[in-house]
Amino acid sequence: MTRPLHSMTLSRASFTIVAKELRAEFRSFELIISTLVFVLIVVFLFSFAFDPTVGESRRFGPGLLWISILFAASLMLQPSFSRERTNDTLGALRLAPIDPFAILAGKLLANFCFLLLVELVLLPAFSVLYDVPLAPVAAQVTAVMLLGSLGIATVGTIFSAIASQARMRELLLPLLMLPALAPVLIASAEATAGLLSDPPELQLNWIVFLVAFDVIFLTAAWLFGGYLLEE
Amino acid sequence: MSATSTSGSIAGLSISFEKVEKRYGSLVALRQLTLQVSPGEFVALVGPNGSGKTTLLRMAALLVRPTSGKVNLSVSGEEDTAAIKRRIGMVGHFTMLYDELTAEENLRFFARLYALEHPEPRAMAALEPAGLKTRARDLVRTFSRGMRQRLAIARAMLAAPSLLLLDEPGAGLDRDGAAWLAATLHDFRKSGGTVLMSSHGQNEALTLATRAIAMHSGSLVADSGPGGNARAVIENEAASAPAQRSPAP
Repeated sequence: MTRPLHSMTLSRASFTIVAKELRAEFRSFELIISTLVFVLIVVFLFSFAFDPTVGESRRFGPGLLWISILFAASLMLQPSFSRERTNDTLGALRLAPIDPFAILAGKLLANFCFLLLVELVLLPAFSVLYDVPLAPVAAQVTAVMLLGSLGIATVGTIFSAIASQARMRELLLPLLMLPALAPVLIASAEATAGLLSDPPELQLNWIVFLVAFDVIFLTAAWLFGGYLLEE
Repeated sequence: MSATSTSGSIAGLSISFEKVEKRYGSLVALRQLTLQVSPGEFVALVGPNGSGKTTLLRMAALLVRPTSGKVNLSVSGEEDTAAIKRRIGMVGHFTMLYDELTAEENLRFFARLYALEHPEPRAMAALEPAGLKTRARDLVRTFSRGMRQRLAIARAMLAAPSLLLLDEPGAGLDRDGAAWLAATLHDFRKSGGTVLMSSHGQNEALTLATRAIAMHSGSLVADSGPGGNARAVIENEAASAPAQRSPAP
């Protein structure tokens, strides 16, 4: 009888799960396309509803952008764990000889990737519709996007795991997630607004806040990940 | 699965449940259950729906934590939880498979999670005895119920487990599938593996049981004991089942 020769490390298990998530999504693009269409409609409607001037776009645009990203995340993160319950594949994952955090980490990384892909299309659309040039501050905007999106993906994945066990899971996730993400929304919008001001300014206090938020919630996920997945 | 993955001697796992109780709110799924399963035993769990069989199996798989009492899984020598989990194969009430992946991708994914060597050939090798090699590259969502069940069994056997936890493993299988399951379990038992299998009715795999336990409303109501008359407990349960299901006059 062949026996496994080595244990699965946390990183290998996480990346195996990420690869599975990406493979399944890139086969149909169901989640990414539907989220993308939704979020583009939201940004488009905001732009026509407010018809902002250049000055107003610089002031209010970042808030609208991050609210759109938050809406996209609440739509995208919904099936993250609920579809693992359809065939009890979550049970199979929990039965595997891996650190329970690897399941959460794999899901989190996959959600982070999906969110970044959506933002990759959203940002140019936002730049055109709101007439705000992002190219001169592309590197700084990317940094804010990465930190903000990591915070959203972390909190969203945690709450997706919790909500998936509830009967009213579709309603519960936004109810849990949106208030918890208010600090990320404020920090990301303020940091983005600083970058769109004239002259552009990278507000380090908000960047530090986003880093701290990400570290705190990633640590919480690592500490309590196993409990979140229990029946 | 054929003898290829289960041939040779397997260090069977032993399981003990000590005064185990499981509650879901006001519902009591298991009541003060005490049970000892020794390595190499083939235990058939029989009883009506809602008798606690699935909860017991999921508890043995460490998927459900008891509300009170203690569940202990052990194999010769001290091992940590991950090492114990690696020795467990499970066929659940659901398939535990990804519909949006192919059969081969499903098995390859789980082979990687179990850190098995050569996951690709291992996955293909597991598909052959299940009769699914020609459908290896097809999405699981295109499979029939019986094919999904065969793949679920192949997945459970993939890491050459020492303990098999089977919740109605014959569900959806045709005659050939049921015969394959019985042959697979026969090989597994012969090589020293421990089996805990729930079933409603009579099936071929039940004839392999060395012990039968009947459960009702979360309690153990009959136990043939190791090496006892398992068939009598199974037949008695099958005979009493219709009467229990019929409405009161």
